[in-house]
Amino acid sequence: MTLKALFAASATAALLLALPANAGQLTIGFSQIGSESGWRAAETSVSKQEATKRQVNLKIADAQQKQENQIKAIRSFIAQNVDAIFLAPVVSTGWDSVLKEAKEAKIPVVLLDRDIDPSGKELYLTAVTSDSVHEGEVAGDWLAKTVGTKACNIVELQGTVGASVAANRKKGFDTAIAKHANLKVVRSQTGDFTRAKGKEVMESFIKAEGGGKNICAVYAHNDDMMVGAIQAMKEAGLKPGKDILTVSIDAVPDIFKAMVAGEANATVELTPNMAGPALDAVAAFKDKGTVPPKWIQTESKLYTAADDPQKIYDSKKGLGY
Amino acid sequence: MTALLPRRGLAQILALIVILAVDRVVSPQFFDLRLQDGRLFGSLIDVLNRGTPVALLSLGMVLVIATRGIDLSVGAVMAICGAIAASLADSHSLPVVLAAALGAGLVCGLWNGFLVAVLGMQPIVATLILMVAGRGIAQLITEGRIVTFSSPDLVWLGNGSVLGLPVPVVIALGMLILTGAVVRGSALGLLIEATGGNARASELAGVGTRAMIIAVYVWCGVCAALAGVIAAADIMGADANNAGLWLELDAILAVVIGGTSLFGGRFSLVLAVLGALIIQTMNTGILLSGYPPEFNLLVKAVVVLAVLLLQSPKLSGFAGIAARLKRTKA
Repeated sequence: MTLKALFAASATAALLLALPANAGQLTIGFSQIGSESGWRAAETSVSKQEATKRQVNLKIADAQQKQENQIKAIRSFIAQNVDAIFLAPVVSTGWDSVLKEAKEAKIPVVLLDRDIDPSGKELYLTAVTSDSVHEGEVAGDWLAKTVGTKACNIVELQGTVGASVAANRKKGFDTAIAKHANLKVVRSQTGDFTRAKGKEVMESFIKAEGGGKNICAVYAHNDDMMVGAIQAMKEAGLKPGKDILTVSIDAVPDIFKAMVAGEANATVELTPNMAGPALDAVAAFKDKGTVPPKWIQTESKLYTAADDPQKIYDSKKGLGY
Repeated sequence: MTALLPRRGLAQILALIVILAVDRVVSPQFFDLRLQDGRLFGSLIDVLNRGTPVALLSLGMVLVIATRGIDLSVGAVMAICGAIAASLADSHSLPVVLAAALGAGLVCGLWNGFLVAVLGMQPIVATLILMVAGRGIAQLITEGRIVTFSSPDLVWLGNGSVLGLPVPVVIALGMLILTGAVVRGSALGLLIEATGGNARASELAGVGTRAMIIAVYVWCGVCAALAGVIAAADIMGADANNAGLWLELDAILAVVIGGTSLFGGRFSLVLAVLGALIIQTMNTGILLSGYPPEFNLLVKAVVVLAVLLLQSPKLSGFAGIAARLKRTKA
């Protein structure tokens, strides 16, 4: 009986979802990765804010970090005949067939925050992303400038293996430090973008590099791993921010807290507002048929202790990070 | 047969020694230990400390598997209980926080046990429900963000030390002794094995199989809750999306490496924990080795295969035959 009730309830829910929204109001399906980091949660909440601001009906499907869930979500958005689909792809490959289905249904797809393999370029309208290679470069340039001519061994906490953002942030950083012979990445391992893994991997780096004495700087592909790494350094009796320089990417509130405490040095912002430009591009495309450029780039701003971290922390805290 | 019995555990100990030796080769300072702020510091301590969550999970999991069950929800239960602990940490005292988190684990276990023992669902399906829903519940508790806390009491659970050993390791050791005392100090262990070996025959022989099954799932939930609290205390925050993610598989693997059959009926707590240590020794070794991360999973798979081959009855059968042939020739 309960099962029957459940079926009835879900059928009603499906019907409600399928009902067209107010005429003229855009309905957009957003397949979000999940919220594997604080940044991701902020992106979700900022997306909701931006959609409300523009009176767009935004349906968010949480994929819990699984590509198969994202593919299912996209198929269900196609079935609901939404006006556009936003996709924050969890990995860069394997999207061709489902994006073809969207194209056949004439539903424009906008990629948010991450790009996919070049083979699928004609399958989406535009990609709103930060240039993650550039983010890595900004981080690398800051480190090179700060270190000067001193020899510096760097350890790197990579993002999830296979994620394009991890590969790009690595590439950008490597390019930036390649110009400086005194900077060298001595260890590089994945911390899966999480605090727990960042901490565990940093612990092993410290052991492998003479108790941390041979490490001059840590570069993490996101702030969450750095927060974990900072804990690992403190537990090993090291002073992050002083003994070991830190530079990471994303600019989530907790890294500013660490900056206030003098335990973190620099972070490169990845703005959580990807949906804003994407919504504008879709609206222009729907209203006037304006085809946006294939790539809309967001700014990658560097923050250090000189930028009043306490104030930035207070302003970011409420964003849902 | 009796001659074979003392050999139980040999394969696991051998595997651990081999992996430790490999770790020593890839990382010469692997066995170095020193005192750092009153606690032992070194890769071996990392292995114990990082292995704690899976070791705790495997303590519950091995009992569940002994009844011929399986619990896929432990990773999600970790996330729920970690989220509860982190949300309450700064406003409540440690006993309240622990009671709430462990209570939640107990309820999760009761739910699984109810589905399996009372409704007669297949364990893999019954616990799959909570595995999927549990992470959602944890996300609801944390509202999708990483809930951080600064309560020194809870942080101590993850980062403190007792006699130089990390608190999580001491907790895991305590749980191993407690679980061992309860199931092996009484007939409980035997009744659990009987339930797994042949539930119907045990029932007819007067074993309360239903109560046994509910009890093991509840214990599994409590162990997972403890693992979740420790994981949250470790990073001073509850990460509902990643806490305990895929750890149910590591826990099952630890139990299997420990020689417990998925068909139930026989189990070893110590060997399950040893299995968890084998997995972590390998993980830490991979991190220390400096190989590119693309190799992590591949190395892990090869090592697990090798460890399981060591235990394969077919292979040890071949080895036995070979030894006998050698003897007859000599």
